[in-house]
Amino acid sequence: MSWLTKFLTSSIGRKLIMSLTGLFLILFLVVHLAGNLQLLINDQGSSFNGYAYMMTHNPLIKVIAFGNYFFIILHAIQGIMIALANRKAKGSKYAVSTNATASWSSKNMAILGTLILAFICIHMGDFWYKMKFTDQLAMVSVDGMDMQVKDLYSQVKNTFSTWWLVLIYLVGLATLAFHLWHGFQSSFQSLGINHKKYTPFIQSVGKIFSIVIPLGFAIIPIIYFADAMEWINYFS
Amino acid sequence: MNLTLKVWRQNNAQAKGQFETHQVVASEHMSFLEMLDVLNETLISEKKSPVVFAHDCREGICGTCNLVINGRAHGPQKGTTVCQLHMRAFKDGDTIVVEPWRAAAFPVIKDLMVDRSSLDKIIQAGGYISVNTGQAQDANDIPIGKDVASQAFDAATCIGCGACVAACPNGSAMLFTSAKVAHLGLLPQGEVEAEARVQSMVNQMDEEGFGMCSNTGACEAECPKEISISNIAMLNRQYMASVLGSKTGV
Repeated sequence: MSWLTKFLTSSIGRKLIMSLTGLFLILFLVVHLAGNLQLLINDQGSSFNGYAYMMTHNPLIKVIAFGNYFFIILHAIQGIMIALANRKAKGSKYAVSTNATASWSSKNMAILGTLILAFICIHMGDFWYKMKFTDQLAMVSVDGMDMQVKDLYSQVKNTFSTWWLVLIYLVGLATLAFHLWHGFQSSFQSLGINHKKYTPFIQSVGKIFSIVIPLGFAIIPIIYFADAMEWINYFS
Repeated sequence: MNLTLKVWRQNNAQAKGQFETHQVVASEHMSFLEMLDVLNETLISEKKSPVVFAHDCREGICGTCNLVINGRAHGPQKGTTVCQLHMRAFKDGDTIVVEPWRAAAFPVIKDLMVDRSSLDKIIQAGGYISVNTGQAQDANDIPIGKDVASQAFDAATCIGCGACVAACPNGSAMLFTSAKVAHLGLLPQGEVEAEARVQSMVNQMDEEGFGMCSNTGACEAECPKEISISNIAMLNRQYMASVLGSKTGV
């Protein structure tokens, strides 16, 4: 076995891959949220539709998108393989189990991750698939562009006017929050980054991140649903 | 005090085990092991087979006694081994569930006793210093900074009991291996072989069938010597540094 294969298949190497792909996906969440928040601009979706066109046509973004798909799949497959190997290494379970010694999140990363993967499939079916592979979306013009683009904004509006789809999104985001609660700080530990100088800082940032980012995403379906139900009048 | 014990009984690694319930009258001054001695004397007098459990020094330094009590490795008390756990930690009328360490790399020998030679094999793979370093040095003969000495000593307090593996939901031996790598690698006598050591010990750890660390921190919480998982981060660092940038060609 070459040194590289041996390294990447060792217990530490496999966790290193989880850590690096996880950190990439954490960065992706930030960019994704920044883009999505344009849905809250009150301009009939003009800026969001323009952004959606750029994200599906810019060559650099296309390359990064393929990297992103690859890292999601790698993180998922690697995570499932690790969870299965760890279950085998544990052998049998204790009759009495306790949560006194480790957080619930940290012990359920594989279940949380599988739920997130299922959510990603539903989410991509709702938007990504319809945007890229179908002609279901109407064509609209946007400010500052002399051509018509696909109206993803209206698709968002439609989706988030259905209560059970909104519920799926909120549950998906709560699952993400629990996954990040452990995952953020754990990725640094796997990289060997642990020092009394900055580890408390990393842990605090991780906890804030795991609440703020899913909450930021959750605001969008909540506002759209409340607006559709006419509980609030956000898009006047 | 009157106690109900649910004790794990298993004839060997292949056999299917089950819990057996016993009533024990104990004094709160007894250690947990002495309470089990009382149970065994009763069983012997009734011509039944006594419960097998591992024990040796009974003063918290050998790492032989290893029981999971009510789901906690070494019981509910922090920073102690089973032999240092006294019955005053329990209440009259309590039901106590006693199980062996559970991990695929620790097969049950009988009842509550497991085979921990997989940890010995990790040590044999590199947890030593190859040259004879002679007699204990005179104090300050080899100058070592206080911080480094303390860090090495904290790691060296590991008694190899395996509570980290037992507490880990993944059956990982990372805390044990990291403590050994840290305690040997931080001091000048052990530093020479540090790069080769970290690789061979990690390889052996993987070969023995221990799980992968998912940073739950359960090991650190249950370690009777309270060894920190910052050692695991150091192990990760040293392993990567050794594989990717070793000076010694390992």
